[in-house]
Amino acid sequence: MNRSSQLKLKDINLSVGGFSLVNVNLEIQGGEYFVLLGPTGAGKTVLLEAIAGIKPVTSGTIWLGAEDVTDRPPEARGVGFVYQDFALFPHLSVEKNISFGLLNRSTKAEPRQLARVERSGRTSSQNVRARVEQISSLFRISHLLDRKPEGLSGGEKQRVAMARALITDPQILLLDEPLSTLDPEIRELIQVELRRIHQELGTTTLHITHNFEVAAALADRIGVVMEGKIVQVGPPQEIFRQPVNESLARFVGVRNIFRGHHTIDREGGGHLQLDGLRLASISNLEGAARASIRPEDILLSRKSLVSSARNNFQGRVIQISDRGSFCYVTVRVTIPEQGGRSLDLIALVTQSSVQELGLELDQEIYAAFKASALHVF
Amino acid sequence: MTTKRSFTPIFWFLALLLVIFVSYPIVLTLTGSPLRVLGDTLLDSEVLGSILFTFSSSLIATVIGLATGIPLAYILARHDFPGKSLIEGLIDLPIVIPHSAAGIALLLALGRNSILGRGFGLLGIRFVSSAPGVVAAMLFVSVPFLVDTAREGFEAVDSHLENVARTLGSSQWRVFWKVSFPLARRSILSGLILMWSRGISEFGAVVILTYHPMIAPVLLYERFQSYGLDYALPVAGIVILISMLIFLVLRALNSVREGS
Repeated sequence: MNRSSQLKLKDINLSVGGFSLVNVNLEIQGGEYFVLLGPTGAGKTVLLEAIAGIKPVTSGTIWLGAEDVTDRPPEARGVGFVYQDFALFPHLSVEKNISFGLLNRSTKAEPRQLARVERSGRTSSQNVRARVEQISSLFRISHLLDRKPEGLSGGEKQRVAMARALITDPQILLLDEPLSTLDPEIRELIQVELRRIHQELGTTTLHITHNFEVAAALADRIGVVMEGKIVQVGPPQEIFRQPVNESLARFVGVRNIFRGHHTIDREGGGHLQLDGLRLASISNLEGAARASIRPEDILLSRKSLVSSARNNFQGRVIQISDRGSFCYVTVRVTIPEQGGRSLDLIALVTQSSVQELGLELDQEIYAAFKASALHVF
Repeated sequence: MTTKRSFTPIFWFLALLLVIFVSYPIVLTLTGSPLRVLGDTLLDSEVLGSILFTFSSSLIATVIGLATGIPLAYILARHDFPGKSLIEGLIDLPIVIPHSAAGIALLLALGRNSILGRGFGLLGIRFVSSAPGVVAAMLFVSVPFLVDTAREGFEAVDSHLENVARTLGSSQWRVFWKVSFPLARRSILSGLILMWSRGISEFGAVVILTYHPMIAPVLLYERFQSYGLDYALPVAGIVILISMLIFLVLRALNSVREGS
């Protein structure tokens, strides 16, 4: 049902207020979940508003699907927009908020919509009602339709804003820090929800955030914006493991990020399956999942230890990077059954530990961490 | 401790002084003439005619203010441009200048021999000693109240709401009618009421541009000048009474709408 389109930004320059973006080039694939990550004040929101047509660009072109939309007004671009503050219309019920985009189109309906309208004769009120109900049940907000936005919780507002944006079947969904105003507990729930919705609808999504955990949890690829420039684009693992510069490394922090499948065994223990390797966890998620371990939670030893750490692997030191008083040590764990496949773990150790363990490249080493140190999301 | 305890009573005392100062003359005026005289005055076609003329002229001024003041208020609320503070100052100027001076200025701009006066003259519209003159004077002195109030209303509408509505397929016109206007409606409505009532109470600017046909305040002034207090009093009573009634009804309507 969706027309998820590719987004292409070519040599975009713009400046609004104090912000400016310089020569932004970016390609987001159709159906991709792309996260733009950067510190607050890096000009991310301005870029999003430029893609939506709300702010003009100084130069450059914006392609959406096969069309150059640079000079089109927002209403003719087919983008869905969700602001940080959700921007629900306070004078309209939840139902009227959601159906706004169906009932208040001023431009000619886009091809898809036109087809739908023609088939049914008109966008009749039953038709609108049916689509509102359909999207509301997808977002589990059917019980809220008669309410005004005022009394809704943050999570509920977020869902209403998403439903309102997606009912028009946009070519791309633009999310401006949609999780940052939510309580931490709700944030994780909504995060899971966002991924579910994205899997279900497959709408191309551009999500901006300053929170690298949110980025790692959701992104197919991440683009990092710093000081008005996109400094690096790549899958989460790459961004976290090989940040292109020092300030990015400091911003994201170095961490171990994995993608796998999480299962629960009969005793209730959690396991993250990573092609051939099994990491113990205390999570009760099931299905596709990602996980991270902070480098400081990984214990290195010369001999296999008997301890309370459920995860214990033998590997080889492949990199030691000196950061002054401490070092990041990369340990490559080779997976026996998988002929050559491996997993890299980055551990943070002090200089004195490096001395005492006599760490050097290619040395055999044991890496251990507790099941509770594995953060599954 | 004593200062703490006496704070509220002292405030009440001072506040009540003001309330008495405002209400006492009005009560006196309303009760100053016997009911029979008030009734006769109400049936006096000259009095009734001037009251209707006042209210309708101010209404027309308010409608013109609505058509031009709302766009101005919206632009001032949403856009930054060079000369913005100049326009803001200019539009508020009628509030601070003496209204007789405003009348002189209007006479200069719209009088028979002025460019505008001649232009409108070709269309058969005269501003001196005519209904259009009354409307022009009322518009001039009362429109700042509408622009200022409406502008505050538009400023209170989060521009994110308008942006989102645009991305949902609505043109700027549609966004204005479906989002900005309804959300600023309360302010616009109070601005309209304020403007209308300010127009009705205008005397100085009108009297210089147009003595005849007479609006109620001018008629009142003339009766006072020609016949004295006894003849002016019932007219004043009627004008105050009708104004009060209308604004009570409008305010009640406004709050009922808000409630629903």
